[in-house]
Amino acid sequence: MSNEDKVREVLTEQGKLPGNVAELGIDDDLYQAGLTSHASVNVMLAIEDEFDIEFPDEMLKKSTFASIAAIDAAVQQIQSES
Amino acid sequence: MPDNPELASEYSAFRDGLVDADFLVRSDIDGLYGRTDKFEDIIEGIDRLVVELGSDQNAKVLRFPPVMPTTVFEKTDYLASFPDLTGSIHTFTGNDKAHAQLLQVHSDGGDWTDLLDPSGEMLIPAACHPTYPLLTGTLPEGGRKLDVYGYCFRHEPSIDPTRMQAFRMHEYVYVGTPEGALAHREQWAPRGLKLLTDLGMTPEKVVANDPFFGRAGRMLAVNQRDGELKYELVVQTYPGQMTAVVSVNYHEDHFGKPFNIKSADGAVAHSSCVGFGMERIALALLATHGLDTAIWPESVRELIYP
Repeated sequence: MSNEDKVREVLTEQGKLPGNVAELGIDDDLYQAGLTSHASVNVMLAIEDEFDIEFPDEMLKKSTFASIAAIDAAVQQIQSES
Repeated sequence: MPDNPELASEYSAFRDGLVDADFLVRSDIDGLYGRTDKFEDIIEGIDRLVVELGSDQNAKVLRFPPVMPTTVFEKTDYLASFPDLTGSIHTFTGNDKAHAQLLQVHSDGGDWTDLLDPSGEMLIPAACHPTYPLLTGTLPEGGRKLDVYGYCFRHEPSIDPTRMQAFRMHEYVYVGTPEGALAHREQWAPRGLKLLTDLGMTPEKVVANDPFFGRAGRMLAVNQRDGELKYELVVQTYPGQMTAVVSVNYHEDHFGKPFNIKSADGAVAHSSCVGFGMERIALALLATHGLDTAIWPESVRELIYP
């Protein structure tokens, strides 16, 4: 499974989005799609589990989880630094 | 803001002063106090001023006991943000045999509270929380305003008397449209500042920094700060320490969504509130003007003891 697919899977399980995650473009704004700040925390924790990574403090902010592409990029950045 | 260890001696000196001067009565637990008539007179004086400020709000007055159903607590999502501050009520539900066991464990010095069961009730962490289930449905045009005043519980034991575990909050709550919620917040921030200034203090309005729990909390705190959702009015209580005494908080749809509240146009309701920390304002007055209220500035005395 690609990273993008894994991110979509996490969003489906934890994002509590009203719409279908499969229909979201990778750059679509997840907050506009209905991601609440509390749900974004669950997404963050599930992404950490899924990829076995830990977000550094400076990445624990809204923009890190603003789109599928943004999450994907953050995961890649952490993986490349470890 | 967490306690500052460097101020520990200031905290205990202020606390001891408050007890010696007969404002507070200590218990065996940090942050849990009795209040004397001298202290309650100040609280009543402050509350009179708060109610005066709110007299144009046409707010429905609601008073609750300091306890609410766990089902309401769950919907507020408080557990995600502040699990360490919660107060859950437990009680004994067993039979005679279990009662004998309970007493035996207690007399053996064991932890008898292990034998209690949750009552389905929680201590209220913020005065407005029990109001939201009453608003489920569609609000009238213009939304609703509520005046709520009651005891709140937050489990954060501290020797700093301004950080009580059980304290009163007087709130004006707005529920309706996003614009209305923001307007309510913008209306109340200057009112709060004026009240504190009239009382001879030098308040500042700062973006709030709530103690959200854990790593998840770090993200919620950043969201709260970046969104500038909540402001606090802070005053100096100790050298170099500002203490929040009033907060103005825009909740977005945090309560509208789980409690299924709709504004008149059918959209999910947004809400905001101003909360006056009654004990904190009283203590800030005592920290600012001293423990001898007879020599407080006359302008302040006239407001508190009219």
